[in-house]
This record gives sequence, structure tokens and C-alpha cells, in this order.
Amino acid sequence: MIAHAIFFYVFSLIAIVSAIMVTVSKNTVHSVFFLILDFISISCLFIMIGAEFLGMIMLIVYVGAVAVLFLFVVMMLNVAQQKNQWLLSEASSGHIPVGLVISALIFFELIIVIGGWKYKPDLFNSNNLDVFNTVSNTHSLGQVLYTDYIHVFQVSGMILLIAMIGAIVLTFRQREGVKKQSYIKQISRERSEGVEVLDIPSNQGVKIDD
Amino acid sequence: MEYLSTIFQEVYRILFLLVPVLVSVAMIVWLDRRVWAFVQKRQGPNVVGPFGLLQSLADALKYIFKEIIIPASSNKVIFVLAPIITMTLALIAWAVIPFGENQVLANINVGILYIFAVSSLGVYGIIMGGWASNSKYPFLGAIRSAAQMVSYEVSIGIIIINVLLCVGSLNLSDIVLAQQEMWFVIPLFPMFVIFFISSLAETNRPPFDLPEAEAELVAGYQTEYSGMMYAMFWLGEYANILLMCALGSILFLGGWLSPIDLYPFNLVPGAAWLIFKILFLFILFALVKATVPRYRYDQLMRLGWKIFLPLSLIYVVLTASYLFYFNLLPTT
Repeated sequence: MIAHAIFFYVFSLIAIVSAIMVTVSKNTVHSVFFLILDFISISCLFIMIGAEFLGMIMLIVYVGAVAVLFLFVVMMLNVAQQKNQWLLSEASSGHIPVGLVISALIFFELIIVIGGWKYKPDLFNSNNLDVFNTVSNTHSLGQVLYTDYIHVFQVSGMILLIAMIGAIVLTFRQREGVKKQSYIKQISRERSEGVEVLDIPSNQGVKIDD
Repeated sequence: MEYLSTIFQEVYRILFLLVPVLVSVAMIVWLDRRVWAFVQKRQGPNVVGPFGLLQSLADALKYIFKEIIIPASSNKVIFVLAPIITMTLALIAWAVIPFGENQVLANINVGILYIFAVSSLGVYGIIMGGWASNSKYPFLGAIRSAAQMVSYEVSIGIIIINVLLCVGSLNLSDIVLAQQEMWFVIPLFPMFVIFFISSLAETNRPPFDLPEAEAELVAGYQTEYSGMMYAMFWLGEYANILLMCALGSILFLGGWLSPIDLYPFNLVPGAAWLIFKILFLFILFALVKATVPRYRYDQLMRLGWKIFLPLSLIYVVLTASYLFYFNLLPTT
């Protein structure tokens, strides 16, 4: 049991410290790397409470895909300079109240969840679902996700699809004068279209432009 | 004391797995070069040791004695971390590979997801190395590889779903045991082909070696690396290739099971069959490297997103409806 506690505190400590470093570090790329460290330690915590499927999905989706795209954008756009300039300039002061309101909201939500869990344990207790103790984490997730919560699951899938289509519509634009390579055309070329064998009389040559 | 003996036991088991993996990585580099040379009617490495078997050892010695150069304008911590991460990730994934019934270091419930997660983390070694070098060619190589690996992971994930539909478990030993009647390569043959090509792209092998294309990017993200750090990238890459071969043989070629369940074949231990299958897939990898020219980048993306992804999705629907219609869905 003591080993369990030690691991728990190590992972939580790494998670909290790296979460702070995400906001504090000056270099934006370093921020993303700390974000990745944060994701990894959170997924370790998931695995420690027995939610192995969630932990692995967290690693695959957030670390393997989302954070790569983050890193991609941050490296390409050179956001590091912009962030520092923006923080020092006058423009930033107008946004601070909005940020404070949002963080107050998040804090309020946390208080509700923790308070509810502290004073009315039944409200957030999932142990009364008997599936949880007999089969593995993956099976139990599948059993509730595709039966009781199928509509929520489908609606969230639809929302993701709409977001994806929206992103494509917003960024897609037809540009003029761009030469495109047609794959079908390239592979369906025959020798007869590309090569022509000519009989050229000697000492007279041939005009290429004809 | 009890804790200590448990720890020693675990360390012993880990070493018993890691040392053979590292040695076989070195041997596999030799095999790769020999096959490559054989196709091109050359000799290949044949001087150091019998048949040139010790060539990799000689190369490793050379790398160890070379100077490690860290560019002045690089981001030093990340620059040093990148090869370490590549190497570590390539090795820790071997923990869940089963070499026989109960012959596995960590028999975890979500083994296949673990391998998938670790191999999707592999992109960080490359992207960190490319960015920290603070140089144009490595950066271009890193960006290419990030896009490439993320794209091909999607289709590999969906191919894995195909296999999981037929198994009903995420455990790698269960996946192998489900193939006792028939290897999955027979009913899922199109998926096996797509998996093979995607794993070529995932491990940056030719014809998808755009991140390190030596002719256009002077070896991409490895340009600024030298000495042992370069060798670690190189070892990690080959360990990853071996891992993808092992994954392919577990998912489709029946892992440690013998092809025919008859008398002389039964005597061969399971681990030997698995190694034989890994070698078979690896020789295919080497033959592809020797025969196919490099893809253009837009063709690579087109192949991943417009051909492999729809095909594997359609096959998921087909497999699921077939299993459902004939009431073959596996029950726990």
C-alpha cells in the first residue's frame, strides 16, 4: 500500500508542477512539452486507479495526436516571440478580466464537484453499478457506453463531425492559377501519347515548335 | 528483503528480454544490408567476422569512439533528450510482446493499446531532435515525419479494430490464442497488406523515408547528430521496425502458434516460430527497401488519407456485419 501512495504522490506532483510550468515557461515550445508531460502523468494516475483503458486512450489521443498538432502549429508559427510581445504590450490588459471570470468559473465548478463528493458520496459513486467489479475496465466501459449512454455517445460523435466539417469549410479556398497533378492522368499515360518516332532527313534537321 | 528479491527477479527478467532484443537489433541491421546488397548483386558487409556477422559490432564501436558534437545554437536539453526518448520508447514496447503461452514480461489487459500508445509517442523523438537542432534540414524532416506518422497511425488503429472485432479482447496473448483455428491473415488479407504498408510508413522505411531522405534533406532530423547519439537514433529505428514486424506477426500470422498443429511442427518451441515470422516480415521489409523508389510527399498523404483510411473503415463495417449476421461475435 505504501508503494501505491508513493507512486500516486510522485505522479500527482509531476502533473501539478508541469501544469504550472505550462503557463509559466517563456518558450512556447517548452510549454507544449510540459503539457505532454502533464498528459502522461495524468494517464499514469488513470492506470493507477484501475482505469487502464482510459489511461491508454488518453496517451493515444492526447499525447499521440493532439499534442503533436499543437507542437506542429507552435513550431511553424513561431508563437514564442508573439506571446512575449503581447504580454508586454498594452493590448493584454483588456483581456485580463475575461481570463479572471473564466478561471473563477472553473474554480466554482471544482468546488461544486469536490463539495458534492465530500458531503453526499452517493451522488458520484459508481460502485453501485455491479458491472464494474466483475469484468475488466474495457468491457465495463463498453457495456455502459453502447447501451445506457448510446445517445450521448452518438451526439458527441456528431458534434465532432460537424466541427471537422466546419474547420474544412473555413480553411478551404479555391485558388486561381494553381497547377494540380492528376494522379489518374499520370498513370494512364500511354507510350503512344508521350513518345513520337520521326524519320528525320539527314542534314536538314527538324523544327521542334511545329 | 521480500521487496528486494522481487525487484531483483524483475530486473533479471527485464535483462533476459532486453539483451536478446538489442543483440537481434544489431544482427538485423546486418541482415538488412545483406538482403539489400543481394538484390543489387553486391556482396554487402562480409569482412568482419564470419559472413560479416560482426559488422554491426564494429560499427557500434566506431560510433562510441566518435566525438559527440552539440551545436552551439541548439536547445541543449531537448537535443540530448531526443535520441534517449527514441531508444527508450522503442525498447519499452517489447514488455508486452508474448513469446509463448505465459512467456511474457507484462501480461496486461490492454496490451495492444499499450503498443499503439508507445509507437504513437515515437514521433516525439524525431520532432524534438528536429526542432532542437535549430537548423533548416532537420526541422523540415521533423515536420514531414510528424505529419506522416500521425496520418498512418489512424489507419493502423482502424486495422487493429478489425482484428479486435474477431478477438473480443485487447490482450495480446488472447489475440494469438484466438487464431488457433485460422490465422487472421486469411480472412483479413487486405487488412494485412494495408498494415504492412502502413508499418513501412510508420517506421520511416523506404519507400516512405521522406523524413530522412538523404538526397533532398541530408538525412533529415539526424543531420546535426553524431557519435553515440546518432547510433541511438539508428538503433531505436531498427528496434521499432522489429517491433512492427512482431506486431504484424502477432495480429495476423498467429504469433507463437505453429502453422500446422502436427507432430514434427509441435516440437518447435513457440518463441522460435515467433522469431521465424518476425524474420520473414523483416526480409519483406528489406526487399521493399531494395526495390521501390521513394514516394512523393503529396502521394504519401493521398495514399494514407484517401485510400487506406476509407478502405479500412469499409472493412470494419464488413467484418462487423459478417460477424453479427452469422452470430460469430466473440463473447467474453
